[in-house]
Amino acid sequence: MLQQQVRSPEYLFFEAEKKKQFLSGSEAVREAIRKANVDVAISYPITPQSESMHLVGDLFAEGYVKEYFRGENEFAVMSSVAGAAMAGVRVFTATGGPGTMRAFEMFPVWAGSRLPIVCAFLTRGINSPLTIQPDTIEMAFLLETGMLMLHAETAQDLHDMLLKAFIVAEKTDVHLPVGVFADGFFVTHTKEILHIADADSKLPPYDPHCAPVPAMDMESVPVRQMRDPFVMKSNFISYAAHASWQQEIEAAQERSRKHLERYLGGLVETEHEDAEVLLITSGTAVSQSREAMAICRKEGLSVGLVKIKSIRPFPSDELRRLAAGKYAVIVPELNRVGWLAKEIKARVDDPRRVIGAPRVFGGMTMPAHLIVDEIRRVLQ
Amino acid sequence: MEPHRYKVVSGPEGFLPPAAASMGVALPEQGEGLIEGARVPAASALEEAATRLVNAKHPTFFPGPLILWNWKDGIAEKAQALKDLADTLGAKIIPMPDYRPKYPMINPEIEVNPNHPNLTIWHNKIDVCVFIGVHCHYANMALKIIRGGTDCCTIALCAEAGHEDAVISLRDFALADLHALTAAVNRLKARG
Repeated sequence: MLQQQVRSPEYLFFEAEKKKQFLSGSEAVREAIRKANVDVAISYPITPQSESMHLVGDLFAEGYVKEYFRGENEFAVMSSVAGAAMAGVRVFTATGGPGTMRAFEMFPVWAGSRLPIVCAFLTRGINSPLTIQPDTIEMAFLLETGMLMLHAETAQDLHDMLLKAFIVAEKTDVHLPVGVFADGFFVTHTKEILHIADADSKLPPYDPHCAPVPAMDMESVPVRQMRDPFVMKSNFISYAAHASWQQEIEAAQERSRKHLERYLGGLVETEHEDAEVLLITSGTAVSQSREAMAICRKEGLSVGLVKIKSIRPFPSDELRRLAAGKYAVIVPELNRVGWLAKEIKARVDDPRRVIGAPRVFGGMTMPAHLIVDEIRRVLQ
Repeated sequence: MEPHRYKVVSGPEGFLPPAAASMGVALPEQGEGLIEGARVPAASALEEAATRLVNAKHPTFFPGPLILWNWKDGIAEKAQALKDLADTLGAKIIPMPDYRPKYPMINPEIEVNPNHPNLTIWHNKIDVCVFIGVHCHYANMALKIIRGGTDCCTIALCAEAGHEDAVISLRDFALADLHALTAAVNRLKARG
């Protein structure tokens, strides 16, 4: 194990020299966690996530992660990381697809308990019929759990977002779980050149004393405080307290905007945003859309691209401004239900101009020509 | 026309007031405070807090566990300074040593709970209350409930990032700030 020096997040993210490495998405997870100063990582295998937590296990063997074990199933894993986070340590886990669904009850518990857990969701189809192939449908289920949701386009994004997620998650005014999503296989199992900082630096440790809720640490003061449930009482006061509690989770999501803007450089990225037709999407659909945009612009078509990096909080104001006055907004997605198109339609001034297409799912790829065809159809 | 700005003012605002952060109120940056949801220099927020406290009929401090427990260096001094400030004002101190619901009934004469702070405020006719040393999540929850159901003016003196849901809020609130608040109170009282 390399001797690591604690450096500020700003140094690691913006100032440290970045060197080229040829890595898969799973290896990008490993390299992020190597520098994340993680106390506890808990794993359970599921394709296409298994390799990433296997590699985090290697980090434990090398001494970069203080505690690591395999849970009995995904629900046990997500419950165990909740326990560790309540005790006041930095935790990491990963899952995907049916694993996400199996653990689902715990995600709103994480947010409701203000636990700054970071979880990589390496997405795939939801059974049944059985599939292990790429699909982003699980993100639709997670939209209202209270967690922050970042969507990586590439292994570089996955690496960077994971590291930054810990810092945003642990801000006192936020203190919520962060899910970093990457499209399974397309990102996890393909290699690309990343630019990453050396492993001789790591993030500062988590400070649970700055948390907006007391850590349930029985050994240090102020101590012996359980978060007793008040919801077990049937009276207006406990209902009002529960309502106020839920509002506070939503408020914490709002507060994360400024931190995400600082660390991610904005909730969206744009290319040719003044074009007549905008492609707005997230994840690997951005890469395919970029190809489609390039083909169309060579033909003289006025096409631009908006890459959404943060799904929660959602860049509502940014998209309302960008979509205003456009001839059409096209939203390509890798899922059947078109959750991203629905999100965008709910926020822009003229939802009739938002076209939820093309969509592929069940493991299908999204060739750029599919998007080009949609642009041509819209412009006819 | 300027867009409507949500103002965080004393209630009662209604059945379930929104979280101010969801209404566009942003936390103060370093060196700033909040008055009714607007970002102002910290010195202005401190002066406004002193004014409201001096003019209050029943000012009351709600110290939380972060100042009631001697859990790190400097906390005991801060607690003493808070006691001095309360004495200067002739204000009540109703501690919030933990956040247990204490059902079926609390004694609102001597305690306050973030899950139903309105009971304590009604019972003691508190017109200005100060949250200090209360964990941010519980403070925000209670501040909303107070704004919803009472006409009490809320002041949050936060050692972290501040509170949009208080009528007046200061952030990074340290021992020196507590001394400055006491000095401002003394100055206003002397002026009469």
